[in-house]
Amino acid sequence: MMTNGDDAVEVVPVRHVGRYVAGFVVAVALAMLVHTLFSKVPTGQVSCHATAGARHCHPITNWRFGWNVVFHYFTSREILSGLLVTLELTAIAMAIGISLGLLIAIMRLSHNRLVSATAWVYTWFFRGTPVYVQLLFWFNIAALYQTVTFGLPFLNVTFAHINLVAFFTPFNTAVVGLGLNEAAYMSEIARSGLISVDEGQIEAATSLGMTRSQTLRLVILPQAMRVIIPPTGNEIISMLKTTSLAIAVSLVELLGAATNIYSANYEIMPLLIVASLWYLIVTTVLSTGQFYVERHYAKGALRTPPPTPIQRLRNDVRGIAAKFASGRSTARAS
Amino acid sequence: MTTPMDATMPMVEAHGVHKSYGAVEVLRGVDLTVARGEVTCLIGPSGSGKSTLLRCINHLEKHDAGELRVDGHLVGYEAREGKLYERNDKQICAERSRIGMVFQRFNLFQHLTVLDNVTIGQVKVRGVSNDAAAVRARELLARVGLVDKEKNYPSQLSGGQQQRVAIARALAMEPKLMLFDEPTSALDPELVGEVLDVMKDLAKSGMTMIVVTHEMGFAREVANSLYFLDQGVIEESGNPREVLVNPRSARLQSFLSKVL
Ligand SMILES: Nc1ncnc2c1ncn2[C@@H]1O[C@H](COP(=O)(O)OP(=O)(O)O)[C@@H](O)[C@H]1O
Ligand SMILES: [Mg+2]
Repeated sequence: MMTNGDDAVEVVPVRHVGRYVAGFVVAVALAMLVHTLFSKVPTGQVSCHATAGARHCHPITNWRFGWNVVFHYFTSREILSGLLVTLELTAIAMAIGISLGLLIAIMRLSHNRLVSATAWVYTWFFRGTPVYVQLLFWFNIAALYQTVTFGLPFLNVTFAHINLVAFFTPFNTAVVGLGLNEAAYMSEIARSGLISVDEGQIEAATSLGMTRSQTLRLVILPQAMRVIIPPTGNEIISMLKTTSLAIAVSLVELLGAATNIYSANYEIMPLLIVASLWYLIVTTVLSTGQFYVERHYAKGALRTPPPTPIQRLRNDVRGIAAKFASGRSTARAS
Repeated sequence: MTTPMDATMPMVEAHGVHKSYGAVEVLRGVDLTVARGEVTCLIGPSGSGKSTLLRCINHLEKHDAGELRVDGHLVGYEAREGKLYERNDKQICAERSRIGMVFQRFNLFQHLTVLDNVTIGQVKVRGVSNDAAAVRARELLARVGLVDKEKNYPSQLSGGQQQRVAIARALAMEPKLMLFDEPTSALDPELVGEVLDVMKDLAKSGMTMIVVTHEMGFAREVANSLYFLDQGVIEESGNPREVLVNPRSARLQSFLSKVL
């Protein structure tokens, strides 16, 4: 209630008719979706049984989306071990992507032209070709080189010797393919973070006598994180789903496990739902983690940190409750 | 070569210092002498090269020609057996760590608390222990009047408070020379005084200071000598109380008529 001098004036809120209509339409659409998701269909068979001498027959129905099958396979050993492979692959490929991406970003900013050009070419190549093709490439490279030897060309110096045939197992192939590809994207994200840090910060660090590497580690990177983390969270979530391409190198991950099962029992939709539900669950967990990491690195950048989801929920509930309370009092007043 | 221990030897000596960015000659033969324990004010119009000169003195930039000595040493070089050896990065960092610099825009580390801003250089550059660094940091924060702010982040402080933290951060390195580049130019007028007061205290304690400023009152009151830099050369210099009252060159006269 607003007061205007001595006379109390009632404030009538605007009625948003459009919002009510939109809300109604969406509610109906949602109800239809839920209805069809949980509808049952006849199987064509009937089940008959005799009660008190009379024979009763009724058709047998099944969940249209095979929820019983979904439930049966959701925690089956094959699906869970596929999920584990997906999680491991995501973690290792992202670890490679982030560390190599950071290195490439730092190389891009190097004063040495050869170093920065090399970094540019890397990004150009790995972003410019489909990741599926890259996976197939690594899958077949062992046919080209059975072994590789790292050393100085034309000199008799050897650093390392790798048997590629033994190294490129399906899992390692997927790790290399996805990790190297990810590094190209991560390098652009890291670079945008590094150049977002004010030049004055670098001058201040330098004038304290910090070396270039100290300035990078202690001053630039921690501040660049604020810019780097949100898109990196997206990259992790995106990687989680991109791992399903590892089917190309015959790695059995989450989707591969589902495929294996449905190619035997033809329950295609329920098993796709099983895989999708797991992807959704992991994505939800990752998004929550991302929020807290972002909050951590926002320290000092904002005068007051943003609320946690729980705080926000509490505020929303409080806001709605207050609205109801005031709405009821206006209703009573009129 | 003179030994750095000589108390009569100037802290900074510049002879014919030149600096160009590409085709633009920013410093065109600067001569300047800063005695130990004295405050030198550097004034001049925007773009005259004041910041560039300070940046050459602590080797954030490399001058192209001329002789520039800090504490008796050639900046960026070492004279041995009649030859000049360019110093490596580590030696340059060590040299720089003993020259404090305060910036117009404060440049506090945004991701660190006030206390960490003042300890990080001590710990990471000078190798002081965390505890000893914190003790010294608290002393310095008390000296600039900010005892209760050590847990705050820079974004939570006023401009004047931030600049005082920046001074404490520089002092934590136990500098032999302090460079101030327009330390009050980004401040609201009512906050200028608190920063100038800290600088006056510092001057009284015997710190050698070079101050780029437009605060003529501060120059008149505190400075032992004043240099007027214009288009990359020192146009006029001397005792601030004489130079500011009776400017000889037409350029200084017109500059003073604009800033006073
Ligand atoms: N890194 C740089 N590259 C090119 N020009 C520069 C650079 N830094 C400064 N300058 C130029 O040098 C001149 C002097 O700059 P500066 O020393 O900042 O002047 P002041 O501090 O007296 O205002 C200006 O014309 C400026 O544009
Ligand atoms: Mg300047």
